[in-house]
Amino acid sequence: MSDAEFEALDLSLQVALRSVICSLPLAIAVAWLLTRRRFSGRALLDAFVHLPMVLPPVMIGYVLLLLFGVRGPIGHWLYQHFGIRTAFTTGGAALATAVMAFPLMVRTIRVSLENVDRGLEEAARTLGAGPIDRFLSVTLPLMAPGILAGAVTAFVASLGEFGAVITFAGNVPGQTRTLPIALYSALQTPDGGTEAARIALLSFALGLVGLFAAELLARGLRQRLGR
Amino acid sequence: MQFKRRDFIVDASFTAPAPGITALFGRSGAGKSTLMQLLAGLEKPDAGTVELDGVRLYDSAGGIDVPAQARRIGYVFQDLRLFPHLNVDGNLSYGLRRAGRATPRIPVARVVELLGLAMLLQRRTWQLSGGERQRVALGRALLAQPRLLLLDEPLSAIDAARRSDLLPYFERLRDELALPMILVTHRFDDVVRLATHVVLLEAGRVLAQGDLPAVSLRSELGALLGPDGVGAVVEGRVESVDAAAGLAAVRVGAGRVLVPMESLRAGERVRMQLLARDLILATAPPQGLSVRNQLQGIVTGLQREAPHNVLVSVDAGGVALLARVTEAAVRDLQLHNGQELWVLVKAASLRSQRM
Repeated sequence: MSDAEFEALDLSLQVALRSVICSLPLAIAVAWLLTRRRFSGRALLDAFVHLPMVLPPVMIGYVLLLLFGVRGPIGHWLYQHFGIRTAFTTGGAALATAVMAFPLMVRTIRVSLENVDRGLEEAARTLGAGPIDRFLSVTLPLMAPGILAGAVTAFVASLGEFGAVITFAGNVPGQTRTLPIALYSALQTPDGGTEAARIALLSFALGLVGLFAAELLARGLRQRLGR
Repeated sequence: MQFKRRDFIVDASFTAPAPGITALFGRSGAGKSTLMQLLAGLEKPDAGTVELDGVRLYDSAGGIDVPAQARRIGYVFQDLRLFPHLNVDGNLSYGLRRAGRATPRIPVARVVELLGLAMLLQRRTWQLSGGERQRVALGRALLAQPRLLLLDEPLSAIDAARRSDLLPYFERLRDELALPMILVTHRFDDVVRLATHVVLLEAGRVLAQGDLPAVSLRSELGALLGPDGVGAVVEGRVESVDAAAGLAAVRVGAGRVLVPMESLRAGERVRMQLLARDLILATAPPQGLSVRNQLQGIVTGLQREAPHNVLVSVDAGGVALLARVTEAAVRDLQLHNGQELWVLVKAASLRSQRM
């Protein structure tokens, strides 16, 4: 494995990790809103969250560019107040993968929340637990297998995100050139065939290990819950 | 209080004395569990008040609604609802940690001892048997330091053999913790065994309420129990026991009743149901019968029962009894109000419960 390939692997893992860690709390909050709250605009939020699943990734990248680019409303504000640039940075790659993996994460977490027995929350109530206490001490632990599954699936999916990343974050070696982008670059290079094959194999192995690890972890957690 | 969901209405008003166990008794669908949820604050009444120890917990007119988590009303759910992500110890201490007291009124050691939980503390909840789960749920509710304990069909999930194992635990709670309890049940033998006070419910309304002996005479209860279940509940004190004969003599009003001794000791207060179908009436003191018990009394009422029976109310030395006889027997004996007679009951047919 060449240094460039190792760099791409390391970067992919970093981007995926940052994307999952930052979007997980939001995904839990959105899943909770969609499952437990009845409010006007709920259907709209539901549709909005799922948009990245049905839209072309390149378009998501383009929209992010419009919003988070240095001249976009959010990007401009971030740069002015905090000096933060997102477009064409590692952080930007993480943002793009997070948006793409978000629906996947929300869906998995939502299912786990729907499976939480409301009766257990009622029991916690009669034992003196207020709403936040209840959520942290009963709901969240019971959702744990689903949250974990959602996070790992999103992580593995993030490793492979291409279109949104290359559109929003570009193809900067060591900054935004993740495994799929490195694979694409290799294919664009004459004599890049063996390198492309190695990256493809690496991605394949990574995905497999990730999904396998997720299954093992979820099984362990479910066992603790006696299911 | 009043509560309405679609075509289901609960409109009930009752008082539960403290300490003591009040049984909510009625058919399934009578609104027993709904009433419990209204008391606990898990459901909100449309109108009415809920009061505990003189403190308003809910008042629709006064805008008071203490949230369930602040009511300090323990709830043992019919389906127990143990936390699967915590072990037994974690379940037990869940409410205790939230009760906010340095020195709990009901300490852990006492509950563990009372309910026999010492061996179970490190187990996961799904490793427990039905009876063990029941005891853990009970312990968890107790350790939240409740001011009132609600028990929703606490014995329904348990097979007959285990019931008799578990009942003593409830009796110990009743006797040793002086904690008021409300018990939902559809079995009258549980009521006789545990309750001091009964509220009869049907279709969301209170048919009758009061102490158990008084309510046991009500015809509304008879309708719920069916003819074979009708019978006065009487209370008395064990005067003496005859271990050789295996009998205990119980003072009931002015009379004395011999019952199987079982584990009774002199001085204990007991309760028993004298089923109307088991009683025999005699207009003269009979002789040469195997029947051990003869109580002298006066007829206070005759009530026709379908198809050809009569339910005779008798005042036996200050204790009200119900006896079922045939219309033919009433005619032959010329039973009428104010008539003196003897009530006979086999000692072997009686089962007394320690109070």
